[in-house]
Amino acid sequence: MDSFFKTVQSVPLNHYILLSAIIFSIGVIGVLIRRNAIIIFMSVELMLNAVNLLLTAFSVYRGDATGQVFVFFIMALAAAEVAVGLAIIVMIYRNTNSVDINVLNRLKW
Amino acid sequence: MSIFYFIAFLSILFAVLVISAKNPVHSILYLILTFFTFTIQYILLNAQFLAIVNFIVYMGAILVLFLYTLMLINLNKDSEPVKTNMVKIAAVLGGGCLMVVLVAALKAVGTSQPVLVKDPGLGLVKNLGKILFDEFLLPFEVSSLLLLSAMVGAVLLATRDKKPVVNG
Amino acid sequence: MDNYIWLIPILPLAGFLINGLGRNSLSKSVIGAIGCLVVLASFGLSVAAFLQVKSTGKFEATMFDWFEIGFFKVQFSFLVDQLSSLMLLIITGVGFLIHLYSVGYMQNDEGFGKFFAYLNLFIFFMLLLVLGSNYLIMFIGWEGVGLCSYLLIGFWFTNPDYADAAKKAFVMNRIGDLGFIIGLFLIMNYFGSVTFADIFPKAASMQAGSVPFTLITILLFIGAVGKSAQIPLFTWLPDAMAGPTPVSALIHAATMVTAGVYMVARSNILFTLAPYTMTIIAVVGLATAVFAALIALSQTDIKKVLAYSTVSQLGYMFLGLGVGAYTGAFFHVLTHAFFKALLFLGAGSVIHAMSNEQDMRQMGGLKGKLKITFITMLIGTLAISGIPPFAGFFSKDEILAHTFAHSETMYVIGVITAMFTSFYMFRMLYLTFYGKFRGTAEQEHHVHESPASMTIPLIVLAVLSIVGGFIGIPEALGGHHWLEEWLKPVFAQSAPLLPDSHLSSSTEIALMCASVAGAVLALIYAYVRYVKNNHVPAADSEERPGLVSLSYHKFYIDEIYDFLIRKPLDALSVFFYKVVDLLVIDGFVNGLGKISVKTSKGLRLLQTGNVGFYIFMMVIGIIGVLLYSMFKI
Repeated sequence: MDSFFKTVQSVPLNHYILLSAIIFSIGVIGVLIRRNAIIIFMSVELMLNAVNLLLTAFSVYRGDATGQVFVFFIMALAAAEVAVGLAIIVMIYRNTNSVDINVLNRLKW
Repeated sequence: MSIFYFIAFLSILFAVLVISAKNPVHSILYLILTFFTFTIQYILLNAQFLAIVNFIVYMGAILVLFLYTLMLINLNKDSEPVKTNMVKIAAVLGGGCLMVVLVAALKAVGTSQPVLVKDPGLGLVKNLGKILFDEFLLPFEVSSLLLLSAMVGAVLLATRDKKPVVNG
Repeated sequence: MDNYIWLIPILPLAGFLINGLGRNSLSKSVIGAIGCLVVLASFGLSVAAFLQVKSTGKFEATMFDWFEIGFFKVQFSFLVDQLSSLMLLIITGVGFLIHLYSVGYMQNDEGFGKFFAYLNLFIFFMLLLVLGSNYLIMFIGWEGVGLCSYLLIGFWFTNPDYADAAKKAFVMNRIGDLGFIIGLFLIMNYFGSVTFADIFPKAASMQAGSVPFTLITILLFIGAVGKSAQIPLFTWLPDAMAGPTPVSALIHAATMVTAGVYMVARSNILFTLAPYTMTIIAVVGLATAVFAALIALSQTDIKKVLAYSTVSQLGYMFLGLGVGAYTGAFFHVLTHAFFKALLFLGAGSVIHAMSNEQDMRQMGGLKGKLKITFITMLIGTLAISGIPPFAGFFSKDEILAHTFAHSETMYVIGVITAMFTSFYMFRMLYLTFYGKFRGTAEQEHHVHESPASMTIPLIVLAVLSIVGGFIGIPEALGGHHWLEEWLKPVFAQSAPLLPDSHLSSSTEIALMCASVAGAVLALIYAYVRYVKNNHVPAADSEERPGLVSLSYHKFYIDEIYDFLIRKPLDALSVFFYKVVDLLVIDGFVNGLGKISVKTSKGLRLLQTGNVGFYIFMMVIGIIGVLLYSMFKI
């Protein structure tokens, strides 16, 4: 395994940053473009994952395990968030029979 | 090394497909594939624990949950509403700006050093566990509370109101 | 006595508080007793103070340190010297008599307690004015008497005319007070202090005729013009007859209007060192005397005749001050207090007998029915006309003698005015008491002599009018001018600086004969016209010959003031209201409100309720924050 890693490594940190930023931005674009509430939610998960990747990269770079522990917690949090968020979406669907966010604009002036 | 770039390319490709697929079920499936590439990235970084957890929790639990909900809502390709072109362009521009700014901001950290695995034991389950239960015990316990509240909240939210019993 | 000097003003103040607070609960006799007794007690203490000054000279009594700012220190202390002790006697003495008179005069009035409270308050402020050892305490009294004048003139305030008269008095007083205050500021600036003991010695060593003196004295004189009803601020005094007659007697004859004369006499060194101001004072005084006398010639209201006569006599006093006859002017203050109070109280008695009728054309033939009133008023009229040996003769002649030494034209005008004075006063006497009764039958039925509480003061004042002149018999007639000796220390610093006005005995006697002859001539002419020929002044609706009409309508001076001053001020006020207040200020404040509303209307549109829009804004916000942190770091 060691030699595998040695040959596979030496990717500059900047490239990880770039990759993470690109995926994060794609997630943002997804949130802004789509009208389906569930797809928006998924794009949020994409953003979270991009951040996870970057944290792990930094943690390995620094040799500090704190980054990976943090990723662990982010994942736990994401799981909880998805559970509650989807419950809300289901409730909304039950009440208004739609998950289109353009329809859900009662909180306006 | 080239594995990294190939996997990175795949990630980006599938991510774009996620946000542009018309059918929501297809979106979810592409997301699963994106997360799979992430798992491989974790393995490349020797973060074994995280890779497995990513695989199990994210792909196995969260996205399956998404699928279930999607089934409940009974969507298909035809009922997917689409935003106007203007909004799409504005969104892409906005996201692009965000990306540029992020990159620029993080570049200020100013390092081009290669990411070398200094300590091969860093991502192992045993070592991670040690640190988790040593320094980060409190957040760990608190996160259990978090999960409990999420569970209760989800159940409460989704429970149907009991219909009143009609007399006679 | 030093320690008890504070009791002199405090006793009337206590009377004010008791009568004021208990005006509805105490009985009339108690109120009247308290009101009169406190003034009587003050009079007793004033006599004690006078005797002390006579034996040991002037003294000062400090009550407390008032305030100290930097180098400027003011103490609340009373100065009792020859001048102020005499004023104390006049104020408390004549004041007591008038209080006694009011018990009878205001017997049937509802505001009995209020009246006595105000009267006591007035006495308090007037005492403060004359006792003060610095200009600030004098100013407190100055303002206070103006306030009490307003309260008392407008005593029957339910009548809008009376309330207007009160306002007029107060406003004109204030205009004068502005001059006084600015003069005070200048005094503070040039002398660094407002205490008499600091200023006057310092002033004596300064250059005569320099600008500061002229400026200060002119401003102080403006204050005196307002308070003592000289041209151009005299029109309030005839209108002030709207108040009850005792008020007119006390305030507008004996005390308040003489405050201006007192102030100038007190500051005599400042005035002597400003010859320009002295000339102005003399000219204004003389002009006022003539002007008021001309108007009094044709008035038909008994109180208005007396009011204009007061203005005219005040003009004499200022004429005396202006030519350097400080003692003479003060002497005239003294005698004028006696006979003018007497005349006003007598007029009150007549009005009381005539069931509140004040028009002389309705009176006549009252000398049989109102014997005491007639005799006392006769004595008062003789005194004011300057017939020897009554009081007015000595004081007026002293002023006229000094005027002759100063300028002969002024003397001639002064003598002519004295003739006018004699004429209109005797005209008033004849129209009121001689001839046949011209009023209604009901009034005739009601005519009766006044009660003792009203006639006793009349008698006392009549006696004083007879003997009051004897304190100032000039050497030309072989007398020892006691008053001049008494007041010498007060005017000591001015005396060497004044131009010499000593006349030879023969000249003085000649002048005296001239003025007496003139007065007697006028007396006889009035007798012929009003008693022999039974001339009665025309009714209001009839036409009058040109000059008489001008005099009857007070030379239209009120109308001129209305046109020159009030209308522009009204226009200015309307301008300020319409433009500055409504457009600018309201516009600004309302504009702020309108801007708020418009902004909120615009901002409200941000709340579209569209989640996608919100997220988009969030992304923009995040980009903004990141850019900011990048460029700042």
